[in-house]
Amino acid sequence: MIAVLTRDLKLAIRSGGGFGLGLAFFLLIAVLTPLAVGAQSDLHARMAPGILWLGALLSCLLSLDRIFALDYEDGSLELLATSPVPMEGLVAMKSLAHWIVTGLPLTLLAPVLGIILALPAEGYFWLVVSLALGTPALSLIGAFGAALTVGLKRGGLLLSLLVLPLYVPTLIFGAEAVRAGTSGQPATTALMFLAAISAGSAALLPFASAYALRINLR
Amino acid sequence: MHLSGRFLPWVAAIAAITLVAGLFWGFFLTPDDYRQGSTVKIIYLHVPTALMAINGWFMMLVASLIWLIRRHHVSALVAKAAAPVGMTMTLIALATGAIWGEPMWGTWWAWDPRLTSFLILFLFYLGYQALWHAIDDPDTAADLTSVLCIVGSVFALLSRYAVLFWNQGLHQGASLSLDSQQHVDNVFWVPLVICMCGFGLAFLALVLVRTRTEIRSRRLQALLLRERMA
Amino acid sequence: MELSVTDLACQRGGALVLQNLNFVIPSGRALILRGRNGAGKTTLLRTLAGLQPPSCGHIKVPPDSIIYSSHSDGVKDMLTVAENLMFWGNVFQKPYANAARQMNLDGLLSRPAHSLSAGQKRRLGLARLCISDRPIWLLDEPTISLDAASVALFEIMLRLHLQNGGMAIIATHVDCGVDDMILDLGPFRPVKQLLPDGFDEAFL
Repeated sequence: MIAVLTRDLKLAIRSGGGFGLGLAFFLLIAVLTPLAVGAQSDLHARMAPGILWLGALLSCLLSLDRIFALDYEDGSLELLATSPVPMEGLVAMKSLAHWIVTGLPLTLLAPVLGIILALPAEGYFWLVVSLALGTPALSLIGAFGAALTVGLKRGGLLLSLLVLPLYVPTLIFGAEAVRAGTSGQPATTALMFLAAISAGSAALLPFASAYALRINLR
Repeated sequence: MHLSGRFLPWVAAIAAITLVAGLFWGFFLTPDDYRQGSTVKIIYLHVPTALMAINGWFMMLVASLIWLIRRHHVSALVAKAAAPVGMTMTLIALATGAIWGEPMWGTWWAWDPRLTSFLILFLFYLGYQALWHAIDDPDTAADLTSVLCIVGSVFALLSRYAVLFWNQGLHQGASLSLDSQQHVDNVFWVPLVICMCGFGLAFLALVLVRTRTEIRSRRLQALLLRERMA
Repeated sequence: MELSVTDLACQRGGALVLQNLNFVIPSGRALILRGRNGAGKTTLLRTLAGLQPPSCGHIKVPPDSIIYSSHSDGVKDMLTVAENLMFWGNVFQKPYANAARQMNLDGLLSRPAHSLSAGQKRRLGLARLCISDRPIWLLDEPTISLDAASVALFEIMLRLHLQNGGMAIIATHVDCGVDDMILDLGPFRPVKQLLPDGFDEAFL
């Protein structure tokens, strides 16, 4: 299973699209939103948690369809399905690889983008913690959506339609945690919910995704 | 199929009668509310459709579970048939809510938890149906949508609580629970219950019609396939 | 050890393509599948590999004994030949050096896989069989796009595998050098469409 993880990481780094594209998209959202809403920095400060969370979510979405589609196209998914690696483990490893190339860099980049969005100083800690707790759920839910749509010719749009509603709770708790933390209110409840969603997704969603993949390979 | 064929006209007829009776009673025979005026009467559309919107999803969940566990073919088609009806109910509930909200709260739309939950429910319905339509092989489609329905139910429930956490809203509390009838006067309560039954039956009738259509279309496909092979 | 199939029926796209299949492959033997395009060779191999459930009948095989090789090789273009081999070596937890030698890939190890020709990629794909060290090989057109020398290499590898007590089921249109047992799938095509638990047939 470690082999799958290292292979996916290698592939993501070599093909270039993995690290760079998602981050660049995140940056673009953080730059374009102030341009769209005007130059008042107090407004930016209030919107920053939401914009950063929404940006993280959308950049995560960008690379989801590649999780299984590439392996499906070149046949390695079929071959892996008949190999000793259990399907659930495969899904978990691929989600983890996706998180390492998108969720983790997004979490690290977010404070920098917080500066240009005039996020108050108290918010940075909560921003990083909430993203670190929440982005694993984004990758796991996304892998589920990718598993559902893997056999489809034009699955990209459908994938967003399926995955975005599933992202709602994560988005609400994530942005809420940062907002509460920024304004000095207790943010631990939201963070605990966020951690619970990630943990629950990690425990259960790989089974659902593996089931969906097996059906799609039939 | 035979059974449903025999029941369908009756269900449809009773649904039509209760709906007409309930709505007529509600609209014309009840007094205006002393604060809300005649606008309150939209409740006879709003509440039953909202109820059916949630029940529709619940029905899909049960049908999906039956399909995954027992592989009963009709249940997959029931789930498929219930989705558009449930979505329409959600849409009606949202629209009537907006029309009611304008005179009451002074706005067509507010990010009130219940409104938001319904909008999210609508998105779930949309995604579910899109997946049905995207997959060619009916067996695969039934399997995948069932998995989506189950996972979606969990996340829909989560969203419901997340939204409550996110914003305490404008909606009044549960004034329609069975044991606390004193909140709503019997004058309003009785026609409302009739309307709920009416919409429930109408929902059932529509799902039955759609399921029968699906079954017939599948039968047609099977016959065509057999013809081609022979 | 043997692979036995009793009364097997397979379906594809909601229609039955094979029916009443019965065969037993003992240790050290190979079964060649013949039949025109669409006869159900790939469907049978996928069913045996466990990728799709049989419509009826039983397949008896020892657990974890099957390795399946499809039309595509599952080669990752972005990785080098050695990395591709190492990946499958790690997946099966077996060394890969021997497999690379058998398929004559030693000289290509540091090449990125996207620079390989179709035949070289095929050789890389076939080396996976050797790495897996599993006794039952299910091969779908293994010699496609291979030149004469590579086909000879493959035949040597296959014979060695059979000598060591392995088994193989090969769907092919060309001669593989081991015409051991031959099964023509033509007669197993169902005359009348009868699906016991197919989705559509349930509605008739």
